[in-house]
Amino acid sequence: MSAEPNGSEKNYLNETYGLKSWLFTLDHKRIGILYLITITAFFIVGGIFASLVRLELMTPKGDFFEAETYNKLFTMHGVVMIFFFLIPSIPAVLGNFLLPLQLGARDVAFPRLNLLSYYLYTGGGIFALGAIVMGGVDTGWTFYTPYSSTYSNSFVALALVGVFINGFSSILTGVNFIVTIHKMRAPGLTWFRLPLFIWAHYATSLIQVLGTPVVAITLLLVTFERVFHIGIFNPTLGGDPVLMQHLFWFYSHPAVYIMILPGFGVISEVVACFSRKCVFGYSFIAFSSLAIAVLGFLVWGHHMFVAGQSVYAGMVFSFLTFLVSVPSAIKIFNWTFTLYKGSVSLESPMLYVLGFIGLFTIGGLTGLFLATMGLDVHMHDTYFVVAHFHYVMVGGMVMAFLCGLHFWWPKMTGRMYSEPMAKLGVMFIFAGFNLTFLPQFVLGYLGMPRRYHTYPEEWQALNIMSTAGASVLGLGFGLTIIYLVYSLFKGEKATANPFRAKGLEWEAMASPPIAHNFLEIPVVTEEAYAYGPSTHGDSHSAVTEPAKEEEVV
Amino acid sequence: MSDHHIVPLKIYFLIFSALLLGTALTVAVAFVDMGFLNTPVALIIALGKASLVILYFMHVKYSHKLVGLYAAAGFFWLIIMLSMTMQDYYTRDWDPPIPFEFLEDGSP
Amino acid sequence: MSDAAHSIGRAHHFETAEQQYESATLGMWAFIVQEILFFGGLFCGYTVYRNMHIEAFTAGSHHLDIQWGAFNTAVLIGSSLTMALAVRCAQKGQSNSIIGWIIATIVLGFGFLGVKYIEYSHKWHDHLIPNSSFAWTDPEFAHVAPGPIKIFFSFYFVMTGMHALHMVIGVGIMIWMIIKVRRNEINAHYFTPIELSGLYWHFVDIVWIFLFPLLYLIGRHH
Repeated sequence: MSAEPNGSEKNYLNETYGLKSWLFTLDHKRIGILYLITITAFFIVGGIFASLVRLELMTPKGDFFEAETYNKLFTMHGVVMIFFFLIPSIPAVLGNFLLPLQLGARDVAFPRLNLLSYYLYTGGGIFALGAIVMGGVDTGWTFYTPYSSTYSNSFVALALVGVFINGFSSILTGVNFIVTIHKMRAPGLTWFRLPLFIWAHYATSLIQVLGTPVVAITLLLVTFERVFHIGIFNPTLGGDPVLMQHLFWFYSHPAVYIMILPGFGVISEVVACFSRKCVFGYSFIAFSSLAIAVLGFLVWGHHMFVAGQSVYAGMVFSFLTFLVSVPSAIKIFNWTFTLYKGSVSLESPMLYVLGFIGLFTIGGLTGLFLATMGLDVHMHDTYFVVAHFHYVMVGGMVMAFLCGLHFWWPKMTGRMYSEPMAKLGVMFIFAGFNLTFLPQFVLGYLGMPRRYHTYPEEWQALNIMSTAGASVLGLGFGLTIIYLVYSLFKGEKATANPFRAKGLEWEAMASPPIAHNFLEIPVVTEEAYAYGPSTHGDSHSAVTEPAKEEEVV
Repeated sequence: MSDHHIVPLKIYFLIFSALLLGTALTVAVAFVDMGFLNTPVALIIALGKASLVILYFMHVKYSHKLVGLYAAAGFFWLIIMLSMTMQDYYTRDWDPPIPFEFLEDGSP
Repeated sequence: MSDAAHSIGRAHHFETAEQQYESATLGMWAFIVQEILFFGGLFCGYTVYRNMHIEAFTAGSHHLDIQWGAFNTAVLIGSSLTMALAVRCAQKGQSNSIIGWIIATIVLGFGFLGVKYIEYSHKWHDHLIPNSSFAWTDPEFAHVAPGPIKIFFSFYFVMTGMHALHMVIGVGIMIWMIIKVRRNEINAHYFTPIELSGLYWHFVDIVWIFLFPLLYLIGRHH
């Protein structure tokens, strides 16, 4: 398959012009770009809230904000970052853009549903922004009852409606991707020739479809409780607030896998390309993604060890949580072995990969501390938890998002970003991140509780370190946005395959692609990641005869 | 494999009758004291009726196996939610009492 | 078989009509799976509270009218039959019959909703709407604490209300299908919208199949 000529001719970006051609587009690539713009805006909003939180925490007393205002700051930081940045991020931007390209299809299965997903996302976002503008929510992103349903004086219902609507964006994206992956694969593209990026998104989509409706109905019930006083979670009527937590975490734990699995997919693609090697243990990574999707639904009670849940249920959840760490660990081993004896080059996407492997490992291991009931009793609701999830969400997921954004930037925009700037950006982000969150492990272990705007004097030094780190981190993100936007205007024009990567999106089209992706649907004859002779007895190597006729399942 | 299989009218009316019968059975059985079995029996009848609707009215019997897998997965996940939640409530009574005598000041 | 007949409704991003049909069906089922989990959250809450407050749930359930509930169950099962027959006519390309059976489905749907209106009015009259004006005055169950009984009625209204909302949406979809058939957008080679509407309607029926015994028939043998 020869690469098509460089994209100064018609491509999906310049095929049609005008606002309407973008706002009413059915092209999955344009929808991905729309998501990118909106997600970046929400990231900035969430980042501003984070900055204000860290500003307050520079000093032990509550100098900048009152307690209630501080509660609103961390709540809005969480709500915006989780629901309006992390959950959509990779699937909505990179998944939307790449899935049909990697599958050899002209679009996703349901393009109109795809556009609807985007507008449900922005619609939900408008409600959430409305809640912020009207005065904010102070319940924590977890909306626990009875505070959220009865006692809070903030704009809870408005925020809940926003999250509810956004949830359906997530569900419909999941439906779309599941059907696309089952039904729209090019001839010859069997399941085990799929890029691991696809496997990751398949597993993510399963979780989105199975989990999100439960939080939808839960938040609806909380809204009814708040507006109509139906009393479902009211202890004075015989209700159980812990039930709300069960229903909430049934989704919200698998939600963290919605957030990280696509990141795993990106890492697999990039580590293979910059090691010039097939990913070690392809089928283990594929199956571990499915295992995470299933096991992830069995562990939610580890958020509720001290909530009033029975000790015996806690033991069951604790055991299962240890089990769910295994598939993630398998991936880390496999990516590491991909690097081993590979021809490793340290371009910026690869630097993000290395950062991810280290930081996600730390985040994941500290999760095991928290899964241990005896330790969690002391560390629940402390900064140890905050540090843990920021290591996996930011050190893991955000770095994976940036990794993927950089890797596929030439394909999506037809431009190269400045590699020296990108390397600088990685350094800032990596250094800033660790300076922000490593001290928080110590603070948590020492007992500093989360969600408080004051703390004892002796912890100020570590808090100042953390705030300093946040400033560096913010600079890193700012720098990244700047040089990426700059590249759109002044960046060197990209060739079809600047990183010499394997995959239909690199080998079968120009950068950027034409509007309908392929002039002719390709026939796939190679295994995935056919970078050259495999050195590990792995079964995958370049195959030239076409695959047997397989029924498309 | 597409669903171009046209289900005979007879089957549809048979299923319809079975569903009505099942409803009558559900009501009748509700008035018979079977102790703790009342609820499981009601649920089994409901499950039977739901299966008939799924297999015949929704054509799952005549569709690709993947469709049946999806339907089954939905119910399976529902079972996960119910059982893992109820295992908390069922075991709350088992929790050991708080050993107040070991608190420093001795008071609860 | 003319090309025109085959090409109704075929979207450009699919290679074959077969692929499109299978994708649509799979997509609808994926959507139904999420609906199972959506209602499932309510069933989970119901299960927890029924176990916790069985007396209150029995008291509340006894206040529901079994006859209306059973009648509604039969009506909905009938509407599932008429819907299945509508899809069958679509498979055979009998456009006029499709419309007839869809209208029958709509009529039965309205029948169901009408009964729900009657039941809800009775509840309102008896101060059993689970808001601040809830008041439990049944002498037979006077010894049961009213708080959990209010919780029962909360679940009753949210579950049947959510179900009724889905039925209203279903009726809307039915009307849209009639419009499609009248516009000649449906034939024996392309009847996917009718089929998918049928899947949705049957699912709503299945939810009620579980709601009826769980809400109306608690502890009736006492």
